[in-house]
Amino acid sequence: MQTCVNVVETMVPCLVQGGVDPGLAQFISILLGVVLVSAFPLVLVILLIWVERKIAARVQDRIGPNRVGPWGILQNVADAVKLIIKEDITPAGADRLVYNAAPIIAMLSVILIWAVVPFSPVHIGVDLDIGVLYFTAVSSIGTLAIMMAGWSSNNKYALLGAFRVVAQLLSYEVPFVLTLLVPVMLAGSMSTQDIVWGQVGMWYIVVAPISALIFYIANLGETGRAPFDLIEAESELVAGYNIEYSGMKFGLFMANEFMHAFTANLLFAVVFLGGWWGPGATEIPFLGFLYLMIKTTIVYIPSLILRATIPRLRVDQMISFNWKVLVPISILNVVVMALLIKIVQVAGIAPAPGETDFLAHLPMTVVLLLGNVGIGAGVVTVLRNAGRRDRMEAQDLVLEPNDEKSLSVTVAH
Amino acid sequence: MLELNAQSIAFFIFSVLVLGGAIGVVTSRNLIHGALYLIVSLFGGAGFFVLLSAPFLAAVQVLVYIGAIAILIIFAVMLTRSMTQLRELVNAQWWLSAIVGIALFVLLAVAVILPVWGVDGTNPNQPVSDDIATIQDLGVALVDGNQYVLPFEVASLLLTAAMIGAIFIARDTSVDMDD
Amino acid sequence: MSIVNQWAFIGVFIAVAWMLPVLPLVISWVFRPRRANAIKMQTYECGMETVGDTWVQFKVQYYIYGIIFLVFDVEIIFLFPWALAYNQLDFFAFFAGLLFIFLLTDALIYAWKKNALEWA
Repeated sequence: MQTCVNVVETMVPCLVQGGVDPGLAQFISILLGVVLVSAFPLVLVILLIWVERKIAARVQDRIGPNRVGPWGILQNVADAVKLIIKEDITPAGADRLVYNAAPIIAMLSVILIWAVVPFSPVHIGVDLDIGVLYFTAVSSIGTLAIMMAGWSSNNKYALLGAFRVVAQLLSYEVPFVLTLLVPVMLAGSMSTQDIVWGQVGMWYIVVAPISALIFYIANLGETGRAPFDLIEAESELVAGYNIEYSGMKFGLFMANEFMHAFTANLLFAVVFLGGWWGPGATEIPFLGFLYLMIKTTIVYIPSLILRATIPRLRVDQMISFNWKVLVPISILNVVVMALLIKIVQVAGIAPAPGETDFLAHLPMTVVLLLGNVGIGAGVVTVLRNAGRRDRMEAQDLVLEPNDEKSLSVTVAH
Repeated sequence: MLELNAQSIAFFIFSVLVLGGAIGVVTSRNLIHGALYLIVSLFGGAGFFVLLSAPFLAAVQVLVYIGAIAILIIFAVMLTRSMTQLRELVNAQWWLSAIVGIALFVLLAVAVILPVWGVDGTNPNQPVSDDIATIQDLGVALVDGNQYVLPFEVASLLLTAAMIGAIFIARDTSVDMDD
Repeated sequence: MSIVNQWAFIGVFIAVAWMLPVLPLVISWVFRPRRANAIKMQTYECGMETVGDTWVQFKVQYYIYGIIFLVFDVEIIFLFPWALAYNQLDFFAFFAGLLFIFLLTDALIYAWKKNALEWA
């Protein structure tokens, strides 16, 4: 006899017992899961915007939203209502179909990521065995949506903004995907659920901190958050790719940005912070969900504070930073990690697959951590020297504008 | 012969996407619309890969073709002038392309239906191989000295060459503008 | 769940998920005012009247970034199966991967030296 206690897990047998066709029962269960998983981020986004506004306000010594509801928590509901009853203007000369489809596709690309997020050992939309590739592929569709929005608006600034943003998103996708190779190597799987299971003994942020750092920065770039928020360059491009959007369509782009930022941090928590793993998570799945949300919040809040404190980079600086700093470091990181993992395996101190004991993971962790410290030290040294050289060069230019740049003399002090 | 289940419905949906997208590509007078139709078509292709139990290739299709190549095509279209309002949909060589297209279609149709290579398409009850290759198998085969390690490295070399070539050609035109 | 079933979930997900952004648009369509006129519908741009065609020729640098990204993307895709099977592989596989990554880095160095990475 099947017990009908846990609806999500035993729904199909329950329904079949109740006389429903098995195929239909399967479909209903899938549909219910889909609605739950996809509606959750939409509800969440209302809270996220409130959190973001509150934190930004605190950083800037303001109170933030405080009128609608307790602590202003319903402010965004009011804002949503306002956006809904706003007149919607499609500019003359816009390409209507593409213009209207762009916000929908943008949001779709983020919602689809949630299908592979493991909320607990048993609760996951679907545990695809190519999970990591799936969310990378799906989020790359968002780039397309921005291109569509910028192009269809019939606005030069929107198009320029879209081009810049697309160049940014494409660039930052390279370190994003490159660093994902390391968790995949460690877990020996691309399924998000397996990656979480692989971290039961030791979180990957301890094993591969450099990868985690690069992933975090690339995430900021991918989601267009400060200091990489060229996505809304109001000082130079009026607003960016969404200038001509108004009413709810603009609202969708806005909500999408917040949702994407949270989703990116959620992925960070899944890939590097052990996802739902925590004491008692395997027994009580809800606890796992709670752990995941807490971990995500812990990495999400700093990104909000960053947003409120750091100035925006110029577009050329941002792209250069990616190709000349992030990508080389992530290539080096992948090579060093691959070498160390192989050495650890050959030396026989690697933990057995599925090993959950903390101590069994310790030898490998120490080796990999030392490797990471080595990479970090090397990178910092190189960057410091490069920075010093650049400053010298700048100084030379200021002091003797006509003189040739005699670097060799000034550096060797 | 035709069984109406979820898979065959999905097959029809993807077929409509692929063919509809392809027709859109060749009939739209706006090059950007053409590029967007191409994406629809490619998306249908990704669906086919899923139906064929090759989700890795589906993800690659979305990541590389939709996420990178389609964007690249749009960039390339933006480099040309007069990308909207193409006056002519066909040029003088249309009949040649038509012949090649039809020939290719006939070739593929024959190859799929008749038992020339591989599976006999006229016999629907042909058993499919039981070995299901996983992505791990692919990874092992790619770097196995007895299997595909040479093509693997050559692929890297090819991509590097492609990038160098592209940069060389593209920079050549822009150097004049810089000076 | 079998592979097909898993992807049936994704299929249903796509079928449902696009309705979520459409729903607020539909609600908005019901409630929003409709008092458009020719001046309101003008392209906003930056507040001035627009001059000339929007869809102008763009510079080649974007295309170069696109190409570099594409090459990296394809290369990393090749590395994913390698990373996935890494635990089962021997030291030879590490060197095969290393050579692969080395060739990739070559392309990056070339692009760097040719100033193709500069936002010109």
